Amino acid sequence: MVDSNLVLNGQTIAYTLYAIVIILLMAWFSYNITRPGKAGVLSNRLFAILVIFLAVLGVSLHIATSMTIPWVPIDLNRGDITPDKTFEITVADHQFHFPEEKMVARVGEIVLFDVKSEDLTYGFGIFRTDKSMVCQMQVVPGHRNDLMWRFEKPGLYTVRSTEYSGPKGHQMIVKDVLEITE
Amino acid sequence: MSFIDTFLNGEQRLFKPNSLTPMQKLALRFVVVGVLYYGLSAIEGMIMRIYEIQPIPGWDSEHFFAIMTAHPFVGIFGSSYSIVFGAFLFLVPFLMKKPLWSIKLGNWSFILITFGTLTFWLTGFINHYAPLYTLYWPLPADFSQFNPLGGAIFILGIALVMVGTLFFVFNIFKTIAYTPEGWEKVPAKAMLASATGFSWKESIFRRKSKRRDNLVSLPVAAIARGSVDTFLNAIIITFTGVLILVYMVAALLGYDLRESAIDALLYKNWFWWGLDLIADGLVLIFVAGTWYLLAMLITGKDLYMARIARLALWVEMIVSWTVWSHHLLADQAQPVVLKIVSGEFVTAFELITQGLAFFITLITLWSARPLKMTNELKFLLGGLLGFGLAVPAGIIQADIGLNRILHNTQWIIGPHVHVAILIGLVMTLYSAIYFLLPILTNGAKLYSQKLANFHFWAHLIGGIGMGAFMGMAGLKGMLRRTIYYEGEFNLYMILAGICGALLILAFLAFLYNIIMTLGVNGLIGIFMPSKLKTKALLPEEE
Ligand code: HEM
Repeated sequence: MVDSNLVLNGQTIAYTLYAIVIILLMAWFSYNITRPGKAGVLSNRLFAILVIFLAVLGVSLHIATSMTIPWVPIDLNRGDITPDKTFEITVADHQFHFPEEKMVARVGEIVLFDVKSEDLTYGFGIFRTDKSMVCQMQVVPGHRNDLMWRFEKPGLYTVRSTEYSGPKGHQMIVKDVLEITE
Repeated sequence: MSFIDTFLNGEQRLFKPNSLTPMQKLALRFVVVGVLYYGLSAIEGMIMRIYEIQPIPGWDSEHFFAIMTAHPFVGIFGSSYSIVFGAFLFLVPFLMKKPLWSIKLGNWSFILITFGTLTFWLTGFINHYAPLYTLYWPLPADFSQFNPLGGAIFILGIALVMVGTLFFVFNIFKTIAYTPEGWEKVPAKAMLASATGFSWKESIFRRKSKRRDNLVSLPVAAIARGSVDTFLNAIIITFTGVLILVYMVAALLGYDLRESAIDALLYKNWFWWGLDLIADGLVLIFVAGTWYLLAMLITGKDLYMARIARLALWVEMIVSWTVWSHHLLADQAQPVVLKIVSGEFVTAFELITQGLAFFITLITLWSARPLKMTNELKFLLGGLLGFGLAVPAGIIQADIGLNRILHNTQWIIGPHVHVAILIGLVMTLYSAIYFLLPILTNGAKLYSQKLANFHFWAHLIGGIGMGAFMGMAGLKGMLRRTIYYEGEFNLYMILAGICGALLILAFLAFLYNIIMTLGVNGLIGIFMPSKLKTKALLPEEE
């Protein structure tokens, strides 16, 4: 199954390749612009193709990710999906308050994190033990903040705030508070 | 010439501040202060870089976040706004061959932006007011963490900058529309319509033979369209500032206003709507306009596809009013339709508009091949590369799926923000500075080409490198705006720190080069009143 790490690896490869290509292109351009040679401009047709290419590229990225990244349909349809587990979490005065000391769910289950802020804007992020991020959302006071997720790998996960809420909130970390079992 | 003589009087004593017109002085004042504020922002950035490798003993987290709050404001308002406003207040009259509407108002913009920046920076330094530039409600009014008096002075500093900004916008539009003494009446409405692009139907749908000439040139149109966003942004920031001030003044008078009276999500929407007019509005439009102008000046040729470029600038302005939701993709209460339409698809239009600006500039340059690799051309190519890298990075994060794992990580602030600003925007500004230097100084000669070359390479490698290593850390889960105490991401942070140091060295080389070019006396002379009583841009030939 597609895990968020896999998506990030794909993105890293795609963007790195793109960055190398554009840097090489600019280097080639910069070298050749100073050399004598044919000094033409693009034909109108080629220019139109270029514009169409940019439009297709911009739009197709979102279509491709919505079809391949599994959490997108879950996220967009979360109002209609019944979760297997729901955890109601409150944040107040720079502290997370969890329903249980350890929240437990199973691989493949649909889990809903319903997080409420009683004062400031916070973030809610789930991290692996190697500190990489599984997923996150903003926690805005006065609104429902619900993140639905299906975990693909068993293990212990840490929750930390992913949004700045003043200097007092810079270490809002609760280690291993979530356990995903086989 | 001895070292001391050059240091005091500039390279070959060519720069004579007494020969400057009030307009040249106005532009130079803005540029000099803008460059100095860039240095301040870079030093703050470097302090944060070091802190993110190893927290500095004796500096607590409050200090760190106070620096993080001041840093982008100093960089964007104190530096970028100053340089851009100085250049444009000179260029609009230059391109339109008519005097600036009011030099006095221009000087007021300069004074307000310079002292406004100094005010918020100093209060941030002393008082540690640190809600960060996003000002998420109700953090700016959280007086259990921040002192309301310090906060009020900080907001006042920002307000001064905004008033200076509004003066700039007014001056630009007045200059486009007014009739100077002794001139034939200028059609003010038509000029403004042409400048802002609201006469676009005219130029697109009319048959070629019936088409009327555009009343203002393309670069002036870009400046005007960017100024529309600058205006809207200033209004939103001022409005938000006043709102926060109300809470602060109430707290100082002993009243505790209810914070929940303001809806945090609605507030986030309007504030990002306004804030994004900088990032996705005026920066992109001003930069595209500057590329076009520089390409035309460097090649001496007309712009390739000028009509499309003009239309793209207009589209960019409209697009910039409708993309703010890409900042709220991680907000679950944000309506899905806004996330998809504004956050994803309208945002993707920026790939088209900025892509067009990128290619139109490159093709115009190519049409004049072979070109000499001057400083302005070098830095212009650097600026193009910066946006070539940073815009696609932005499009990637403006995706509902990817934003879930990229939001608030170092990816956003590295490959996207810092590459866009440091490589895209700042290198474009350096290109304009190198181009304008002889014009604004009546022929001062650059002290050292070797230093200019070093400036270029160190800035380019440092900026791209810093963005890349921040991006790598972000992809491994490192958050932005976060202190890691166990050296979790130190490999990337040390590498980013080395690149940051390269950026600082680049800046020092540039600063030294400019001091030796103009001399300390010359630099001081820029800030003395001009002896020439003229509205002309350049001194009259003797
Ligand atoms: C040598 C130059 C610079 C260095 C070394 C540098 C470094 C940094 C660092 C370390 C951060 C904090 C990243 C984090 O952990 O969230 C940061 C944030 C930021 N910087 Fe820079 N920076 C530089 C120049 C600039 C300039 C010139 C601007 C603007 C014109 C700028 C705009 C920003 C912005 C908008 C943020 C985000 C602040 C926030 O999250 O609230 N930077 N910079």
